Amino acid sequence: MSVLVYIENWDGKLKKISFELASYAVKLGEEMSQPVVALSLGNVEESELKKLGAYGITKILSDANDAYATLDNRAIAKAVAVAAEKQGATLVLMANNNLGKAIAPRLAVRMKAGLGTAVLGLPISITPFVIKKSVFTGKSYGFLNIKSTNKVLTLSSNSFGLVEKNADATIESFNADLTAADFETVVENTNKITGKVLLQDAEIVVSGGRGMKGPENWAPLEEMAELLGAGLACSRPVSDEGWRSHSEHVGQTGKIIAPNLYFAFGISGAIQHLGGVSGSKVIVAVNKDPDAPIFEAADYGIVGDVFKVLPQLIEAIKEMKA
Amino acid sequence: MKILVLIGNVPDTTTKIKFNADKTAFDAAGVQWIINPWDELALTRALELKEQHTGKIESVAVANVGKVGTEATLRKALAVGANEAIRIDAEPVDDYTVASQLAMVAADYDIILAGTESADYNGSAVGGMLAELLDRKSVSAVSGIDIDGDKLKITREIDGGSQTLKMDAPIVFIVQKGIAKEPRIAGMRGIMEARKKPLHVVEGAAVEPLTHFDKFELPAPKAACIKIAEDQAGELIKRLREEAKVL
Repeated sequence: MSVLVYIENWDGKLKKISFELASYAVKLGEEMSQPVVALSLGNVEESELKKLGAYGITKILSDANDAYATLDNRAIAKAVAVAAEKQGATLVLMANNNLGKAIAPRLAVRMKAGLGTAVLGLPISITPFVIKKSVFTGKSYGFLNIKSTNKVLTLSSNSFGLVEKNADATIESFNADLTAADFETVVENTNKITGKVLLQDAEIVVSGGRGMKGPENWAPLEEMAELLGAGLACSRPVSDEGWRSHSEHVGQTGKIIAPNLYFAFGISGAIQHLGGVSGSKVIVAVNKDPDAPIFEAADYGIVGDVFKVLPQLIEAIKEMKA
Repeated sequence: MKILVLIGNVPDTTTKIKFNADKTAFDAAGVQWIINPWDELALTRALELKEQHTGKIESVAVANVGKVGTEATLRKALAVGANEAIRIDAEPVDDYTVASQLAMVAADYDIILAGTESADYNGSAVGGMLAELLDRKSVSAVSGIDIDGDKLKITREIDGGSQTLKMDAPIVFIVQKGIAKEPRIAGMRGIMEARKKPLHVVEGAAVEPLTHFDKFELPAPKAACIKIAEDQAGELIKRLREEAKVL
């Protein structure tokens, strides 16, 4: 038996969540007294893969087939299942991001495995195998008992953190034996977000709501995000109005995030919004309405005009950085 | 082509969540049930496609796994414009059992739409599991679907951007925000018509669940918010750095 951890790459670079996953897999392997094997699909340089060693990974299977770059859901699920079978893995771990959420359910069916998605931290117990996850969109927690022998988990980012260990990772080439016919996703065009921190990866998130009054007022939020290396987010009305892209919407029907620090500017804090951000370690709210529900969820708050507070905050951050 | 939209029956998103005394189950007393918000957007897009591509899309059906109490939610979907509804008569015990029940009726449909997750247990699993059970291709995090000649043109979000894809049915789409602008609301005429539309009840199969929620817990109440004066932004940054240690 072993633990298999699927390590994603994007354009040949390991994603940030990969290192948290590696740290988590190593710890879980220790708790379950099982060896840990990492799996990489797609063309990734050895030097890049070797970085996993710094988080305790000692064995990496690498299938360098370029076709994985199409992110074909069925093909990737098949490849992970083949690797799991060859390694005798009963537990497979992946990220709770767009790709992980696409692959994990398919893989779970293939392996006849119980699925735990958006897992928060280490399992509560190994026997029985119980994980903690957010349910009712951040409004409460559920303790999910995975009863089947095989298990598939997707890990919520920032819920475990990084644990550095000095290991040397050996890379074995692996072939899932997929053919061209297995890859049915035809990508016509890719629109890459470059130079920006991805919302799911961000440790700090700067978010704006209806109180920002219009898309033309986003410059200070962008400046602040840039200074802090933060991701940008928004509330539902902002994306519904088309002021910002849907990909930035956090809340019940948008993305669920759990950064270390969440800044809410001009966001009233409807229950649906709070559901999406309540996992944040620290919430800061700036709103002119002292009775806005966001202040009940916030750790720090400024009752005031966002357009007065933002420039001051930016100055204070610049001073701190100086 | 025929479209099937999977419909979850979930508590209204403004519901204050409560559990029973030993915290082993959701307390549904007094809860208003709605179509899962993402499924509602999926249904809206399916109906738009049918209207924009008459002749190519013959019909839009909806399906749900649940006991008789969930029929009100299916009727809402019919009132919004779905042609027919299927209720698989079984408790939706876990993602795997739900997907397995749906697999019994879904194979007849060329395009299957599922919302990215359900607003209750947030499993994000049924659409992908169903695709695997039917051995069909699937695309997740879909924020746009259109018909372009004899192909489907898809926009999906990836971790690091977005992509446009061209693919064919049979296919399963797991859709998210952006797929439709606003959910469609039923009018009086739709509500009247829905009463006459077919709602088929299919007997559920015995499927062994793989997971079970042992217990639930409400988040610990938050400490009171520390208020800082409007002109003291520097003080806020200092506290975030020294007190909260997050900067």
